Parts: sequence; structure tokens; C-alpha cells
Amino acid sequence: MSADLRRLARPLMTWDAAIIAVTLAFLVVASMTVEHFGTARNAGYIILDLAPILLLALTMTLIVTTGEIDLSVASTVGLTSAAMGVMWNGGMALETIMPVAVLLGAVLGAVNGLFVTGFGLPSLAVTIGTLALYRGLAYVLLGDTAVADWPRLFTGWTLGTIGDGPVPNVLIPMLVLALACGLVLHATPVGRSIYAAGANPIAASRAGIGVGRLKFWLYVASGAMAGLVGVLWTLRYSSARADNAAGLELTVIAVVLLGGVSIFGGKGALPGVLAAVVLLVSVQNALRLAHVSTEALTVVTGTLLIAAVLAPNALGALRTALRRRRTTATGRTA
Amino acid sequence: MKGSKPMNRRRLTLLTTPILAAALLAGCGGTTQGDDDAGGGPAGDASADPNAEYETGLSFAMLPKSVNNPYFDASSTGAEAAATALEGAFEYTGPSDASASSQVSYIDTLSQQATDVILLSANDPNALCSSLEQARAGGSVVVTFDSDVDSSCRDLFVSQVDSDEVGLALLEMAAEQIDATGEIAILSATANATNQNAWIEVMEAELESNPSYADMELVDVVYGDDEDEKSFSETQGLLQAHPDLKAIISPTTVGIAAAARYLSGSEFKGQVALTGLGTPNQMREFVNDGTVTEFALWDPTALGELAAYTGAAAASGIITGAEGEVFTAGDLGEYTVGADGVVTLGPPTRFNADNIDDFDF
Repeated sequence: MSADLRRLARPLMTWDAAIIAVTLAFLVVASMTVEHFGTARNAGYIILDLAPILLLALTMTLIVTTGEIDLSVASTVGLTSAAMGVMWNGGMALETIMPVAVLLGAVLGAVNGLFVTGFGLPSLAVTIGTLALYRGLAYVLLGDTAVADWPRLFTGWTLGTIGDGPVPNVLIPMLVLALACGLVLHATPVGRSIYAAGANPIAASRAGIGVGRLKFWLYVASGAMAGLVGVLWTLRYSSARADNAAGLELTVIAVVLLGGVSIFGGKGALPGVLAAVVLLVSVQNALRLAHVSTEALTVVTGTLLIAAVLAPNALGALRTALRRRRTTATGRTA
Repeated sequence: MKGSKPMNRRRLTLLTTPILAAALLAGCGGTTQGDDDAGGGPAGDASADPNAEYETGLSFAMLPKSVNNPYFDASSTGAEAAATALEGAFEYTGPSDASASSQVSYIDTLSQQATDVILLSANDPNALCSSLEQARAGGSVVVTFDSDVDSSCRDLFVSQVDSDEVGLALLEMAAEQIDATGEIAILSATANATNQNAWIEVMEAELESNPSYADMELVDVVYGDDEDEKSFSETQGLLQAHPDLKAIISPTTVGIAAAARYLSGSEFKGQVALTGLGTPNQMREFVNDGTVTEFALWDPTALGELAAYTGAAAASGIITGAEGEVFTAGDLGEYTVGADGVVTLGPPTRFNADNIDDFDF
């Protein structure tokens, strides 16, 4: 009987499932207890607020799963935003500027990729460097000025909803890209290579996986994603500024870890990360609606993130302990 | 996995082709700067009733650039006093980092809560506009204070000072302390700081045109970049370069504090006058030890109080934000709405040994 129970409980024991359950539970409880939380309008605000975090977290998940990290994403957002401002002031068409911004992001990502895979430098050091470098370049481009005269047609789209219903437009690219990243990670040979590279890079190389090339392209993808977020950010706030998205990399990495991706690579899944993004942004939103002070909000967010790092470890230890007991139990009966 | 090389190349082509194609297609024609002039926000079309009473029971929310900033804490004290006097509810809320995007989330929250009066010090003149428009469409009155947004996105702006009055007050304080005779110098913030440059211009013009300042000469303007150490060493440089210097005017809180620290430890203490814009808490020890006689700043508490009254007046229909409208802001007295919906607090408050202990910010 207890074996059946255990088999039933096993999917619940994964961090992924746990975080999804916690997120759903939170949404239900908050809708019932916090005034204004469970409205379509608030859902729209939450989606708008989580869009940049979610998009950056998609590619970050892939990179962290290979055992690397990209701390430069928020600075890449800032630099593409600043570059957009310069191009717009220079009289370029926005239809040209947007793809160029995404390409610029890809190039900035390629620089990271080159240093990490080409020169074999630790990604933590490389991307701390480009975090400062890209942000610095953004200030070189725009200083402390802002470019704000973006056309309403485009800024309106980033804030608007599908057919004036409750669903924000930005949900479309978010879903498409989340689906694409999910498929790549969980249903393609590339995804299996990502796990293999993270779990044991030497073994992966021996198995014929081009670990370096794989990581290089993931950095390019991460940069292009940051470029896209730069475009969305600039248009959503109708403001190209060098300090756009400053500090956002920490939130992105936090949700990736909260989502159950191991910082050491090789472990993790996208659904958990998506749930973690929703959880973090909804908690902040609900606390604001409940008139909780900013100080308390920061403390709660911090606690949530520490729990995120501790809980999977605790869960892992628990699972190992259970397995050990089970093996000894079966050993005895055998 | 062996086939990953050609596959990657194919993927690169797949990725970049549409992007490049879009770029090329868009290259000819497209939306460029100046194509569309952003439409303004909802215009105030209601008419004002100057004889209306203040409504009681309004909900006020003050949203500073960031919380845990003594300047804004002081503003919130004033606004809360006004809200209490009007029997309203008051909330002080805002992000811990001074970024525009985090303010947007707070504005969204306030508009959902249908707050009657939002008092905002903006981190960006444009980034908050669409959120503010939604809040106003929902019936909130938006009053900016300290730092404005584009005038189409708010109802009124409560400005701390008039730049002419700041420049004149600074010069007057310096003249009083040196009997309007001798060399003076200015320690400013950055070379392109808008506010400081406007005040310096006023001072320069006044020095040339006002006969009572005929014996005063502005010998140097240096920039401490609002950095403590740079301001400190620029002060040192000024005193070395101009041995006959009688007074330093520093129209920035960082500059005046650094200059005071240098002067108080040097042989120039009490010999060279120092005045400018500073906060009482920063300057208290230098007033007490005799380095500084008098300096000025607008009173952030009064600023917050005036902002709250302005918002209440607009919410009660006493004013709409049109030029020339008059309202009474409690003990602060009568105020007139200026051009572009700007209400000005008035001349800066002067702080000296007699009154500095009455202020805490």
C-alpha cells in the first residue's frame, strides 16, 4: 500500500511540480483574499510586468542548464534600448530599428559566447565584465538623457490587448518563445545535448557533442532575446534610457533557480521556471495591492529566493533518504 | 550529434533570414521620428468652482522617487498632515530603487485601488505616461511634485521653487555675509545640470545689473559633479587659486556639505563665507561650529503639504489646473495656478543658527 502511495506521490516530489502547485495555490488564495487581485485587469498588469523577466529567463534556463551563466542580459537590454534611441534620433525607421536591435543583442551575446567558449574563460567572470561594459556603452550612447518620442502605434501595441479583450498582446510572443524554448530543451537532440553538457561536459564531448559550439549559440540566443526585450521595454515605457532594466539580471537568475534549475548545470525544466516567474511577480503584485510596505516586500522576495535555493537541496536529501530506506527495506525482504 | 555543425549553420540562416529581410523591407519607408506626434492625455474640460469646499474622506497616496529617502520622508510628513486635516486617508508607497519601470507597477496598483489623489515625484518624464493616463481615466487626480512628468500626463505640478528666486536668494545670502564686497566663486554640480545652470545664469545677470552688487566679482565656477570627494578637492582648489576669495556659493546639497567639511578643517574657517542649498541635517554641525552662517533650501515638508492640498483642490473641483485659478492650501496660504498647471511653493527657506533645530530632513 505504501509503495502505491509512494508511486503516486513521486511526481509531486519533483521541485517542478512543487513550484507549480505552490504558484497555483498562491494565485487562488490571493484572488480570494486580496482585493483587486483576481481581476482581468490585474492579470494584464502581472503579464506586462513579468514579460521581460520571463523572456530573459527562457534563454537563461538553457544557459544555466549547460552549467554556465549570463549576467550581462540586463545590460544588453539597456544597451539595445540606448542604441534604439540613437538610431531613432538619427532618423531611421522603427521597422528597421527593431530587427537591428535584436541583431545587436545577438552580436553582444556572441561576444560573450566567444570569450566563454573560444577562449575558455569562466562565464561568471566574462559576463560580469560585459555586464559593466555593456551598461557603460549604453551610457556612452545616451548619457543620462532619454529618447521618448516613440510612435503611439507601437507603444500602444506593447500595452494593448488582443481585440480589446483582457489578454495583453505581449502574451503572444511570450507563449511562442516559451513553447519554442520548451520544445528545444525537452524534445530535441539539442535539448539532450544541453543536459549532457551541463551534467558532464567531458563525457558529453567524448559522446560527440560540440559542447563549445552549443554554448556559443546559446549565448547568441540569450543576447538576441535580450535585444528583443530591449525593444519591448523601450516601447512599453516609451523611453529609451541607458539605465533601462538595470539590475534585472538578478531577478532573472533568481527565478531560474526558484524554478528548480541547478546552478551547477544538468538539471532543471522550463515549466518550473515559468511557474517561478508567475509566482514571484504575483507575490510582489499582491503584496503591493495589500498595502504591504516596500521594505517588507523586499524581505519577502529575498526569503522566497533563499527558500528556492534551500528547498530543492532539502528535497533532494529527503528523496535520497527515502530511496536508501527503500533499498534497505527491499534488501531485507529479498 | 555529429550532424550538429551543419544543423547549426542552417539554424543561423533560419534565424537571421527573416530578420534581415524585415530590415531590408523596412529600409525603404517606415515609421520615423516625427511621423506621429504623440497625442496628449485627457484634457481638463471640467470647470472650476473657486468657492467649493474641500471634499473630506479623499484617499491620498504619495509615490516618491524611492522610499527610505529623508527628503521624501519629510515630504510625506507634510502631505500626511494635509490629508489628516482634510479627514482623508493617506498612504506612502513606492519602490526602493529610483527607476521608472518600478514606479509604473506602483501607479498601476494605485489606479486599481481607485486612489483619489496620487502625489508623484517622477523618475522619468515619459515612461510613466501611459500608466498615469489609465489612472486619470479611472478618476484619480495626478499631482506631480519635486520632479515633473510631461505636462499632458498629469493634472498639476507643484514646483519647489522658481529658478529666479533661488538665484536671487543665494546671491543675497552671500552678499549679507561679506557686506557685498569682494571675490566670490560658485561650486556647482555637473557642468550640464539644468537646475544649477539656470540659477547660475540668474546670479550672473543679477551681479551685472544690480548696483548693490557692484563691488562683488564672480571669479570662478567649478564643478564637483555632485560627488563628495570631487567637491571637496574642488573647494581646496578654489581657495588655492583665489587667495582673496570672500565667499563660496554652492547651489547643490552635495557640494555645500563637502565644502563645509573642507572649510571647517582648514585655516579659512570663518574667513571665507559659505552658503548655498543644503539640508539642515547635513549642515547642522557646520552651523554650530561657525563654518556656515546661513544657507537655504525649499522645505520638503511644506512641498508635500502643498502637493496634497493641490491634489485635494483638484479632486474637489476647486481648481482644474488652468492658469490663474486660486486656492487656499491650509496654513500655507493662498496659491495661484501658473502656466502649464504649475503651482510654485515660493522662495526657499533660509536656515541659520536660530531655526535650524526646528527642521529634521
